[in-house]
Amino acid sequence: MDTQTVIDILLKFVAITVAFVVVLFVVAYTVLAERRVLGFIQGRLGPNRVGPGGLLQPFADLLKFILKEDIVPDKSTRFVYFLAPVIATMAALMTMIVYPFGPEIRIPFTDIVIPLVVAHFDIGLLYVLGVTSVGVYGIMLAGWSSNNKYSLMGGLRASSQMISYELALGLSLIGVILLAGTLDLAQIVELQSGWHGFRWFIFFHPLGFVIYLIAAIAETNRVPFDLPEAETELVAGFHTEYSAMKFALFFLAEYINMFTVSMLATTLFLGGWNVPFAEDIFGRGTFLFGLVSAIGFLLKVIFFLFLYIWLRGTLPRFRFDQLMNFGWKILLPFALLSIFITATLIFLFPNLF
Amino acid sequence: MLVLLFILFGAMAIGCALAVVAQRNPLYSAISLIGVFVSLACLYVMLAAPFIAAVQVIVYAGAIMVLVVFVIMLLNVEEEEHRRPRLRFLVPTAVVLAGVMIAEVAFILVTVQQSPAIPGSSTSDVGLTQSIGSALFTRYLLPFEITSILLLMAIVGAMTLARRGGLIQPRDQAKRD
Amino acid sequence: MEPQLSWYLALSAVLFTIGMAGVIIKRNVIAMFMCIELMLNAVNLTFVAFASFFHDVTGQLFVFIVMTVAAAEAAVGLGIIIAIFRNRETLDVDEASILKL
Repeated sequence: MDTQTVIDILLKFVAITVAFVVVLFVVAYTVLAERRVLGFIQGRLGPNRVGPGGLLQPFADLLKFILKEDIVPDKSTRFVYFLAPVIATMAALMTMIVYPFGPEIRIPFTDIVIPLVVAHFDIGLLYVLGVTSVGVYGIMLAGWSSNNKYSLMGGLRASSQMISYELALGLSLIGVILLAGTLDLAQIVELQSGWHGFRWFIFFHPLGFVIYLIAAIAETNRVPFDLPEAETELVAGFHTEYSAMKFALFFLAEYINMFTVSMLATTLFLGGWNVPFAEDIFGRGTFLFGLVSAIGFLLKVIFFLFLYIWLRGTLPRFRFDQLMNFGWKILLPFALLSIFITATLIFLFPNLF
Repeated sequence: MLVLLFILFGAMAIGCALAVVAQRNPLYSAISLIGVFVSLACLYVMLAAPFIAAVQVIVYAGAIMVLVVFVIMLLNVEEEEHRRPRLRFLVPTAVVLAGVMIAEVAFILVTVQQSPAIPGSSTSDVGLTQSIGSALFTRYLLPFEITSILLLMAIVGAMTLARRGGLIQPRDQAKRD
Repeated sequence: MEPQLSWYLALSAVLFTIGMAGVIIKRNVIAMFMCIELMLNAVNLTFVAFASFFHDVTGQLFVFIVMTVAAAEAAVGLGIIIAIFRNRETLDVDEASILKL
């Protein structure tokens, strides 16, 4: 083990820590943003007491979760009960490392070039799909180990919903893979630069984008697909028996999943860090170009998060059989149709793509 | 460095495999099996097969084991009780047979080690998605198509078996007929 | 010093043997099924090790097909198990000692 390898490993640890801190901050403020935006949609103010305009609310929530009493049900299977939120959070956080937050930034006045992606491997998209599949276990094991009929039903419903919509999600992404010719997320973003923003894959694969968005909302158990965890159904679903920090982990895992899915949508369909005229103004490889691209990426992700919150405020929720019906009988055939259409277009106009 | 990683993942795989066999609660066996699959996926990445590693996690750990855990939860399977004295000899038999098999394999491996025909392992690029894809659709197209028909057969078969009023009747329905 | 081919083969053999012992020892039919999956994975490891050391992609393609067959077998096998459970109400293979349903 030479020093270069050790330095590389340490730098990777630093990069992972920075990525996780950024994610946790964004997610904490997404929770606050959701409560305020929902309040505005519903004609009331959200929390605005703690700090200026309510900006310190996440820290108050964190303090509450830490200091709450931790109740463990008596007859639950203890090992699985403690393992379930850990699996959920771990699977949510592990996908964070393959997304390119921006192009390579060159720090001004030095020669150091930092790539803004933590791990750059050539199967990035498959890795994301794999880790999302493992995230189903957190919910299933949580429902089972609480030794509560309602939790079990909620856990089974949530996990069957998640595995059903994973299919439509994966199939809608195949159109993007056909367009890009690679599974590497950084390459996919590179391929979407040029033509001042009209090379984004959303223009070439719009049906796939819509299917991806619907499947992603179902994957993260959000309205209108949030039957397994709504307050009026089955008590609170699979996290009925969880209190304090373990519930905070589930809550965090759901919002990190939202963030992950929004980042994937941005990377694959909206061109990632490509801001339309930034190349002409700043020129590639400079510090300002990198900064503007990273901020553009974050703005696109925030747009998707706002879309999630907007949907929560406006739509009613599906019944479970309607949900499964929709996923298998309507969404899956349309996803296959979208692959067919995109493949035909690529075959007929090969020099356009 | 690679040796350390191999020992780590190998020990995890063997430990979880022993847990699969030794645990009496089938849900814990299932969780340990997921641990085996994940450590095998890490070993595949070490062997320069990243695509197969990702497919292993997606298919085995993410789909097959989800199905198995679903079935365990739906059927509400309990722990195994002690077996009857007539069949108590099975555990020592299994251990002895396992020892015999490991001895045979060790013999084979030692003699293979002494033969000169083992190539060295440099970083290979056979595992990239592109090479797998091109081989799958050109040279191995027939197995690919047959596999898709096999999957269709499995879907139809599973639906036929699990339908209520299907091939195998529930006990009270059979008594009624 | 890198891991040799024989190390991977030895690990695969040990996993296969543990799976085989599990099929003999376990009484619960779902647990037996899981030990069979363990044996299939040990074989997969052998294939991938050979594919890597001999620079041939055939090994990895075979692993692909083995995984597909294992998925198909899992679906049908668990369907059979559910159907038999509905009839016998027990998952103990020692109880399934007569051919009559």
